[in-house]
Amino acid sequence: MNKYLERIVNGIFKENPTFIIMLGMCPTLATTTSAMNGLGMGLSTLAVLMFSNLVISALRKVIPERMRLPGEIVVVASLVTIVQLLIQAYVPSIYEALGIYIPLIVVNCIILGRAESYALFNGPLLSFCDGLGMGLGFTFALVIIGSVRELIGSGSIFNFQIIPEAYHISIFVLAPGAFLVLAMLTAIQNKLRLPSATNGDAVQSEFVCSGNCMGCFSDCKTEAAKPIAKTAAAASAAVKPEVAKEELKVDHKEKEETV
Amino acid sequence: MKDLLLIAIKYSLVSNVVLSQFLGICPFLGVSKKTESSKGMGGAVIFVIVIASVITHGIYVTFLAASGPLCQALGLKDGLEYLNTIVFILVIAALVQFVEMFLKKNIPSLYESLGVYLPLITTNCAVLGVALNNVSYGYNLAESFVYGLGISVGFALALLLMAGIRENIIAGNDRIPHSFQGSPIVLVTACLMAIAFFGFGGLI
Repeated sequence: MNKYLERIVNGIFKENPTFIIMLGMCPTLATTTSAMNGLGMGLSTLAVLMFSNLVISALRKVIPERMRLPGEIVVVASLVTIVQLLIQAYVPSIYEALGIYIPLIVVNCIILGRAESYALFNGPLLSFCDGLGMGLGFTFALVIIGSVRELIGSGSIFNFQIIPEAYHISIFVLAPGAFLVLAMLTAIQNKLRLPSATNGDAVQSEFVCSGNCMGCFSDCKTEAAKPIAKTAAAASAAVKPEVAKEELKVDHKEKEETV
Repeated sequence: MKDLLLIAIKYSLVSNVVLSQFLGICPFLGVSKKTESSKGMGGAVIFVIVIASVITHGIYVTFLAASGPLCQALGLKDGLEYLNTIVFILVIAALVQFVEMFLKKNIPSLYESLGVYLPLITTNCAVLGVALNNVSYGYNLAESFVYGLGISVGFALALLLMAGIRENIIAGNDRIPHSFQGSPIVLVTACLMAIAFFGFGGLI
């Protein structure tokens, strides 16, 4: 298969950031109150992810090693500001609905995760396609979760009313519903043994972090001055702080038990 | 005074940062395996968020706001508010590094207990969220301080509760159905905690 197309398909199916690698849980939980909000968040992240991968990959030989992380953060934050201003100008309804979660795309682990694990090692065009694939995978996941919550919680999909009001379970559009839907999703993945970061069968990737982003945090921060380890195991063994290491060990044990 | 108390109660209990605003979900799920480590993380988050809240407020008022001295001097009528996100994230990243160095050198005992968690906080969205909300809610210095304190205490509370539940009920429990072991049961617990926190809604 064409390697550019392969990156896009990889992001949507094989390494889907939400369903399989489980990154960026905060926006996933917070903005999926309706399919439309999920779509808005997904597309904003898609735009930032594509161009941050492109720019960081293009600058990867220019940015000195010690300034890598601050440099990446500035690139991402600038792109997020551009996207934020565009949304505010052209889609004010989405801007109102997403509110603070648009500027918070800066700290979405998918973005820095892809920059660290892919854009730093590959050419600009390939990185762009990787960002496109990952962004589409994220959008796809958010729209699905948003549709489920909107359908059960307010009986509609994309504001198109399907279920009469008497049968709405409105807790699904409130905060607890987000946790419940995600719990059901991961439970189904466990049951069917689908590849996912929650059941240990996941595609080996540097940023698989079993439902939490701690792995990425410590990698991104403490590895700043060191070469990036190629595998999750090497990365965690080499650079994670003591406690994170312990946590990870326990985690692996738990995983083995579950499997 | 009454306003400040209301802010503190509202953001630590009623609209809890983790359970109703979904900021800082990652550490909430990641560091809540043991009460010991959740104590350290909670302490570090309180420490960093309170400082970051006050400092970013100061920077906003001085350099970025249209009414601030910098914009007045340069004659910028619209202010530099579009730089908020970039400036805040860089300030927070630098601040965390600085706090880490300071603690390591001057208060080693505190560094022992909080040190390993500090680098993890830079990308905790709650910190940036607090800084941005201070601006959008138009808080003054005292309100920013109390808001940061309320948010971070709420975070530490949720984290500690979750760690207690996981350590005492979830860990090694055979009665959890097979498909719910691991992260699903933790998410179900978070769901029940979020419902319980709805109960605080009547407080204000």
